Amino acid sequence: MIRRVGLVLAVVLLSAWVLLPIYLIAVPSVSVRQSVYAWPKNFWPGEFSADTVRFFFSVEGVWKATRKSLVVAGITVLLSLLLGAPAGYALARYRFTGQNAYRLAILLTRAFPIVILSIPLAVRFIRLGMYDTPLAVALVHTALALPFAVLVSASLFVGIPRELEEAAWTLGCSRLQAFGRIVMPLALPGLAATGIFAFVTSWNEVFAASILTLRERTLPAFLLAVLGDAPLPFRFTGGFLLILPALVFMFAVRRYLFTLWGIASR
Amino acid sequence: MRSERYLPYLLLLPSIVFLAFFFAMPLAEAFWLALRAGEAGWSLENFRRMASDLYFGDAARNTLLLTAVVVPIQVVLALAMALLLGGVRQGRDVLLYIWSIPLGISDLAAGIVWLSIFTERGYLNSLLHALGLIDTPRLWLSYENPLGLFVSVAVAEVWRATAIVLVILVAGLQLIPKEYAEAAEVFGATAWQRFRRVTLPLLKPSLQTALILRTVLAFEVFAVVLTLTGRNLPVLAGEAYNWYAAYQVPGVAAAYAVLILGLSLAATWMYLRLVQVKPEVTTS
Repeated sequence: MIRRVGLVLAVVLLSAWVLLPIYLIAVPSVSVRQSVYAWPKNFWPGEFSADTVRFFFSVEGVWKATRKSLVVAGITVLLSLLLGAPAGYALARYRFTGQNAYRLAILLTRAFPIVILSIPLAVRFIRLGMYDTPLAVALVHTALALPFAVLVSASLFVGIPRELEEAAWTLGCSRLQAFGRIVMPLALPGLAATGIFAFVTSWNEVFAASILTLRERTLPAFLLAVLGDAPLPFRFTGGFLLILPALVFMFAVRRYLFTLWGIASR
Repeated sequence: MRSERYLPYLLLLPSIVFLAFFFAMPLAEAFWLALRAGEAGWSLENFRRMASDLYFGDAARNTLLLTAVVVPIQVVLALAMALLLGGVRQGRDVLLYIWSIPLGISDLAAGIVWLSIFTERGYLNSLLHALGLIDTPRLWLSYENPLGLFVSVAVAEVWRATAIVLVILVAGLQLIPKEYAEAAEVFGATAWQRFRRVTLPLLKPSLQTALILRTVLAFEVFAVVLTLTGRNLPVLAGEAYNWYAAYQVPGVAAAYAVLILGLSLAATWMYLRLVQVKPEVTTS
């Protein structure tokens, strides 16, 4: 009985540890602007108001940066699915020499910090006239998201019985037709999750985005650049609006959390 | 069907080409950038400039210290959380979702969240005031309070990045057959003995993965620090950013990047040696 109480207590405390800070950043974002400067601070929203959020978006550059973030994340999703899903399919369906080497190389990419990619790429993009473009940022974000896309889609395709595909072949489907009509519809939810992971990776990434942009900033890069001078309500609302999509997305992809780290397939 | 043999390679090709261009090449270029100094050809000039910079010593010390403090806390906390999840009968999925939320939160957002708590008129001071412990706000994030700065960043990092360790460990625990612990229980092992003698050794591969990943990420801590402390708590990635964006000297920025890479590889090698995964204890 005492053990049971201890367990519940620990669970409640740990959940509060995770959730409370998110609640606290939400409070000033949905309250009137003055409440941010109040002392001592209220732990609950006094009066609800869209004032602070409206103020946030009225600041010059915020809308533009939000749009840029969405464009960059969109390209990242597209590229990592287009490049990653075929590789995942190959890993799942075929046995071939070099398979393990490829898998290892993909896993190894995680042992390299992103800091080391951004700086040489910035120099290269300047030479190519691609500096300060959404595509340049998206390419770096794809380099980050692609290994995950490969691993997640590989475990996804493993889960779809090969027999279904083979049955389609014997019934006269070509390889491509069988893939399009049988495998693809089954893989779609998982591929959507893969895309969402890529989206979150790009939406959250700030170092490369800051290094690779000057005027065409993504939202995190924009926030980081103006952070020192921005008033507190602006910063808090910015932080809260960065988190909001994360909450939704984590909920949408919670089933796929484990394949993400390539552990379950071990 | 002879073409079948080449199909897998064809499918892998796009990703290989992409990663060669945007992963392998920049990796090599970073060394090239760091080891070139103007027209002079190869030299260690950039590293010399890096090492003689006023902020370098502090940045290196802070980064290593933060990693040394944060990573062990995260592993212990995540392990406790993962084991707790095993004892939860109802609502395990909800709990796992809640505990993994920070996985989707960026370092920048996490920094801002904790700024709202540690700032002068923030929640921490308000709480202390409500408890009657202080009358006027205390300055936690001041230049004159290095310990306050360090603890704030460490707390924010533990909050944000424990989830990644948790997910890896939960996945690892699921691979351990329940029968082992049950057998140990039959033979009279206590809960602690079961954890120490059965669970922990079998969890080694996952622990190793988690340690490597978390340490590499800890070495490039950046936005959390910038948000909470500005440049009052210099770190290596922050200096790389400054040398590139503010001073516009890519060479020295690349030298910092190479240093971070070197630390990451050294840590990875160390974990591979220290946390030895013996073939007979792997579960697969």
